[in-house]
Amino acid sequence: MRKASTDVLPAEGGLGNEPLLAVEDLHVEFATRAGIVRAVNGVSYSLSPGETLAVLGESGSGKSVTAQAIMGILDMPPARIPKGEIRFRGTDLLKLSDEARTQVRGQRIAMVFQDALSALNPVFTVGWQISEMFRVHRGMSKRDAVNKAVELMDKVRIPAARQRVNDYPHQFSGGMRQRIMIAMSIALDPEVLIADEPTTALDVTVQAQIMELLAELQRESNMGMILITHDLGVVADVADKIAVMYGGRIVENAPVHDIYKTPAHPYTKGLLESIPRVDLKGQELYAIKGLPPNLLDMPTGCAFHPRCPYRQDNCVTDNPPLYEISGTRSSACHYWREVLDGDQG
Amino acid sequence: MATKGERILEVRDLVKHFPLTQGILFKKQIGAIKAVDGVSFNLNKGETLGIVGESGCGKSTLAKVLMALERPTSGSVEINGRDIGKASGGELKRMRRNIQMVMQDPYTSLNPRKTVGDIIGEPFDIHTEVAPKGERRRKVQELLEVVGLNPDHINRYPHQFSGGQRQRIGIARGLALQPEIIVCDEPVSALDVSIQAQVINLLERLQNELDLAYIFIAHDLSVVRHISDRVAVMYLGKMVEIGKDAEIYDKPAHPYTQALLSAVPVPDPEGREQRERIILQGDPPSPANPPSGCRFRTRCWKAQEICAEEEPLLQIRPGTAHESACHFAETHDVVHVG
Amino acid sequence: MSNDPQAGPVQTVTAPSPPGKLKKEAKPASLWGDAFYDLRRRPMFILSVVLIAILLVMSFWPSLFTSVNPFDAKTCELATARQGPSAGHIFGRDSLGCDVYARAIFGARNSIVIGVSTTIITAVVGGLLGLVAGARGGAIDTISSRITEVFFAIPWILGALLITATFRSANLGIWIVVIALAVLAWPMTFRIMRAAVITARNQDFVVAARALGASQSRVMFRHLLPNAIAPVIVVSTINLGVFISAEAALSFLGVGVQSPDISWGLMIADARNRFLEAPLPLVFPAVFLSITVLAFIMLGDAVRDALDPKLR
Repeated sequence: MRKASTDVLPAEGGLGNEPLLAVEDLHVEFATRAGIVRAVNGVSYSLSPGETLAVLGESGSGKSVTAQAIMGILDMPPARIPKGEIRFRGTDLLKLSDEARTQVRGQRIAMVFQDALSALNPVFTVGWQISEMFRVHRGMSKRDAVNKAVELMDKVRIPAARQRVNDYPHQFSGGMRQRIMIAMSIALDPEVLIADEPTTALDVTVQAQIMELLAELQRESNMGMILITHDLGVVADVADKIAVMYGGRIVENAPVHDIYKTPAHPYTKGLLESIPRVDLKGQELYAIKGLPPNLLDMPTGCAFHPRCPYRQDNCVTDNPPLYEISGTRSSACHYWREVLDGDQG
Repeated sequence: MATKGERILEVRDLVKHFPLTQGILFKKQIGAIKAVDGVSFNLNKGETLGIVGESGCGKSTLAKVLMALERPTSGSVEINGRDIGKASGGELKRMRRNIQMVMQDPYTSLNPRKTVGDIIGEPFDIHTEVAPKGERRRKVQELLEVVGLNPDHINRYPHQFSGGQRQRIGIARGLALQPEIIVCDEPVSALDVSIQAQVINLLERLQNELDLAYIFIAHDLSVVRHISDRVAVMYLGKMVEIGKDAEIYDKPAHPYTQALLSAVPVPDPEGREQRERIILQGDPPSPANPPSGCRFRTRCWKAQEICAEEEPLLQIRPGTAHESACHFAETHDVVHVG
Repeated sequence: MSNDPQAGPVQTVTAPSPPGKLKKEAKPASLWGDAFYDLRRRPMFILSVVLIAILLVMSFWPSLFTSVNPFDAKTCELATARQGPSAGHIFGRDSLGCDVYARAIFGARNSIVIGVSTTIITAVVGGLLGLVAGARGGAIDTISSRITEVFFAIPWILGALLITATFRSANLGIWIVVIALAVLAWPMTFRIMRAAVITARNQDFVVAARALGASQSRVMFRHLLPNAIAPVIVVSTINLGVFISAEAALSFLGVGVQSPDISWGLMIADARNRFLEAPLPLVFPAVFLSITVLAFIMLGDAVRDALDPKLR
């Protein structure tokens, strides 16, 4: 089935010690009028089949840019990748030709966007847009492709799929449009699904439906999933492991259960403490002071030091490396021990 | 001015329908969007009423009607006993001094071509009796200080501030006329997570210091719970449940409230496999053509024939201490199970 | 939070205050005051203002630039027709033996008066109607929009011929050209203003002003107009050039400025027939025309940038 792509990439298995997807020391910068914006500064993470990695961060943290670099959909220029590797089944995607890259994109690594309305083309029917995947990549006939589209719409639980296949995107509700986006992204059985804030624009009850659908599709196909979000609640619900990003770097890596119980970076700890809690009602919320960093004018040393309650003199001068805490945990804080202890006390 | 705990806002049977029309020059009404369809509640001085619901439930239209930005189709919005929905001219202008709003989007709610001084000073330009001309600049600087901004930044433009700082500017503008009521329409949902807590703390501090009453509209249920004394749940233009925050969150009686609460992701992975989830099927129906009887019945697992025939009233039901609008209301703690 | 690759970085770029603005913090600021402060630092603005100032002086006191009075028939000598540049006649002479330099200087007045007054009339009439139609909506908007559509359906040259021919007997001089052009051009300004106002009207800050109790006129003039005027300014400056060349076209067709009055359009039209033998009588008024149009376009461009604090 996967013609062409097998030429450059091993199809299945053959992983050995190599994870399904590994990002290694990735740097991305943008040339803007005001200067070079270093959006991603040495990000590394990995993903295994069937695993869900949540990348947590605020706007400007570099979480979406990293995902776009993996997908190969960054506009270059203004973007530039001066350094780093993105290995998919052991092959560095950044070294592939444009043609080979196109084969990977959509077929083996797919993406779901936040805003389904603008990600779908308003002048084509949803059936046409889903079936296009099969016509272009699988060379199916028009009729077979439409049948596959209906099948997929059923799979993502769009009611009366057969009748609605010829409807246009604007005729669907927000939740249904997101289902169509998901249908398109899983059409070619990708091995990695990147979901960039897939439920941020949706209401909570619809958000629950979509997250359940994604989890179910993942169980069926053993996809690896990268969930990009700022919502600590969504992460706690579905993630296996978490990478917290701040100022273009990963500041903490941890399995999901550990990070909520004992965060090892002051930023993660601050985010968790600022969630309103029932037993603290009526009291002031814990708030991380100050503002997110300006990527054009990053603080010296640790990017979080101007907002950090654990700050010491060396934080201003030395950018902390990602200290390994255990086999599965790491934190980019000189004082991760104090942060860990403080929470346990 | 009302004294503490006294009722300052009384909303009775409020209805706002937007006509759907056809034709360009000679318009013909072919239907109506029933955005708010019979809503009643009270607000006391110094109190916060949280209003939750999903998009299309009418909570933003409700805010606009409370602010007299839209005229109600019927019903009344009485502020200190006077109906703002029927007021006009000088009376309406005077009443506006008592009810102000904080908007959702800090990027579009401030005029990009005005300085912060002009933006926060505009209330004084409109209501010239509040502050004499010579004092306005000083008052604006005081307000900047109250909301935690540098008073020296009075000549800056909105785009020179971050989202959270802009929201503070919007709050300062709302405070300028010293209102008793502030309607907050999703005031933190456009902000970064680490900034939301700062703005919520500011709103709470201002409430304590100035004895403000808030109508706090939001979709983030944990934020609403944190700040609210009472919470109202809206669905398709109706209030389905209203009560003290602990009552609504710990003993929800309406199936929609239960589904809403169970759908909220909990920021704690412990026991996530065991947690009860009520996942509603489908989308809310169109407010132009709501279902008969109970509006939630098309998505409700408890629906029976009576739900299609008879509209359940918002009243205290057996076994609960707060009002809910369900024929089969039954308290069920969805948050603390498992 | 966004799919746009640039959104993240760019937002953080604008968030903090740029350094170097601090010295201004002390004095009260206003939109136009800051715009002027900003404009004084733009070479393009200074150049265009200097050019326009020269043109204005030229059109009101032409004798400052030349001792020759082209309206005096004695200064023309048919015998020297189409003579090249010479001392005292640096641009040479035209087909009637008149001094091209003096005529070009004296021609500035009509071109500028027609261009500027037509632009002002269209900007004020079209702009105000567009502001009211966009801000109020409803029947006012529907009716005025339909009226502009009628005007758009008229080919402008035909309309201008019709108007100038009809009012020829009224003896209005160059003002007939102004009237004809203004009547046909205001719908364009109207449309641009109306569209810009409608965009601004739906923004939250307008809702916020209404919630504060701002009157309709305050909302229109304090919030909608400043946020909608930039495209009108830009189009008006472009139109200024268009009007000056439209005047030339009408003069060429014999319904615009009439001899013995002088305008650049008329000069171009007169010199056109003998262009190959004597190019200078056409080139010089054409250069004056181009510089004038360019100066106004540069001015409009600079003002537009200055009025948008986001570009600063």
